[in-house]
Amino acid sequence: MTERLRVHVDPDKCQGHARCKALAPELFELDEYGNAHEAGDGIVPPGLEDKAWLAKSNCPEIAIDVIEE
Amino acid sequence: MSDVSQPAAHPPVTDWVNDFDHTDPQWTEDPFSIWEELRSASPVVHTKRFLGCYMPTTYEAVREIANDTEHFSSRRIIVRDVRPEVARNAAPPITSDPPVHKPAKQLLLPPFTPDAMKKLEPRMRAICNELIDGFIVDGKVDAAARYAKYIPVQAIAHMLGIPESDSDLFINWIHMILELGIKDESKLLQAVQEMSAYFTTHIEERRTRPTDDLISYLMNARDKEGQPLEESHVLGSLRLLLIAGIDTTWSAIGSSLWHLARTPADRERLVAEPALIPNAVEELLRAYSPVTMAREVVKETTISGCPVKPGNMVLLSFPAANRDPKMFPDADKVVIDRRENRHAAFGLGIHRCVGSNLARMEMQVALEEWLKRIPDFALDPAGTVTWSQGTVRGPRQLPFLFEKAM
Repeated sequence: MTERLRVHVDPDKCQGHARCKALAPELFELDEYGNAHEAGDGIVPPGLEDKAWLAKSNCPEIAIDVIEE
Repeated sequence: MSDVSQPAAHPPVTDWVNDFDHTDPQWTEDPFSIWEELRSASPVVHTKRFLGCYMPTTYEAVREIANDTEHFSSRRIIVRDVRPEVARNAAPPITSDPPVHKPAKQLLLPPFTPDAMKKLEPRMRAICNELIDGFIVDGKVDAAARYAKYIPVQAIAHMLGIPESDSDLFINWIHMILELGIKDESKLLQAVQEMSAYFTTHIEERRTRPTDDLISYLMNARDKEGQPLEESHVLGSLRLLLIAGIDTTWSAIGSSLWHLARTPADRERLVAEPALIPNAVEELLRAYSPVTMAREVVKETTISGCPVKPGNMVLLSFPAANRDPKMFPDADKVVIDRRENRHAAFGLGIHRCVGSNLARMEMQVALEEWLKRIPDFALDPAGTVTWSQGTVRGPRQLPFLFEKAM
C-alpha cells in the first residue's frame, strides 16, 4: 500500500516566487498577486510525487509542506 | 570632461574581514573569494566605511535579516558614503516598511504575474531576434552593450508605455543612481530630478489621453479608502520600476552569456536540450546573482549570534548568500541541472523582487533565442570583459566572437 501525498502552501510564508507553479503546475495555483496555494485539496495524483518534492525543495521561503498520509 | 565635485576615492582594502568595501576594484573583479574569506571569519562582518556597515556572509544570516523588518528598515536600500535625510515615497514599495509596505506592494503585483508575463513573451522574442539581426553578420559583438542591455530596457519601456528610443537616457540615470551615486550625492539627486520631470510629462499627457500601460495603471490606482495615490507615490514607484527593471536583468543575461561563452559543455548541452534552459536560468541566477540590497539597523539585536547596533547600514548580499556551501553543495560550481535550488537572487521575505517573473521570462527568452541562432561563441581574446561596480553586478563589456551567419 503506497502512501498518499498532500501539498500545502503556508500563505503567511509564501512571497510569490512562483517556483512551485513553474515546477509543478498541476499541484499549485497562483492568485491575482502571484501568491501560491495548493490546487484543490492539495492531494497529489499518482505519478506527480516527484514534482511535489521538487516544488518543496525549491521554495525559497520554505512555505511548502508535503504531507505523507 | 572635468567634474568639480569629484568624490573622494576610497583607499584600497588591505584587511577584508574588518574593512570590507564592495566598491573596491578587487571586489568588482572577483567577489567570490572575498565572500569566502569573510564567511570563514564570521557570519556577520563589519566595516567602518560607509559610516558603518555590517555584512551577513551566510545564507542563514541573510535570511534572518531579510525576514526581520522590526530591527532592519528598508528606508535606505543602497549602501553609500553619505546618509542624507530619507525622502518620503522615495521608491515604494522597495523603500517601505510595514505596515505601509503591503498595500504599496500589492498594487504592483498583478501586472507582473507569470500569466501577465506570458502575454509579453512573443514581443520579447521578436525584440531578441531584432537585436541579433543587427550583429549576426559581423561575427563579433559586445553582447552586454548590444544584446543583454536592450532586452530589459525594451521590456520595461513597453510595460510603462514610454518610448524605447529613450533607452540611453534611462541607462544613464541608472548609472548615476546605482554606481556614481554611492560616492557622489549630486549625481544621484540630478538623476532622480530628471527622472521625476520625465515621468511628470508622461503623467500629464495621460490626463487627457489615458493609455493601457503601467503609468496609467498607477494613476488610476485607488487605496483602501478609494483615494488615488499621492503623486509622489506614483513617481516613486515609476522610478523604482525603471531603475530596478533594467540594470538587474541586463546583468543577469550578461553573466549567463559570459558563463556559456567560457563553458562549452554547458553551452552544448543547452543547445541540445533547450528544455533545460529554465532550470539553467535558476542556477545561473544563483551563481551570478546580480543584486545586493541594503537595510538600515534601527534597533539593537543579534544575528547568528553576532551583536548588531543601530546607526549602521547592512549590505544584504543575496549573491554571497547564494554561494554559501552550507546551503548549496558545490556552491562554487555552476550545475545547470541542479535540482534543489532555494536561491535568494530575488530576495527573501516581504521585499521579494516584484519583477522576478519578468526577469525569469526575459532570461529564458534571451538565452533560447541566442542559442538558436548563435550556438557556438567564445570570448574575444582581443577584448576585455568589464563588470559594473557596487549594488548590481554584471558584465558591461562582453566581447564575443562567433561564426558569421551566411
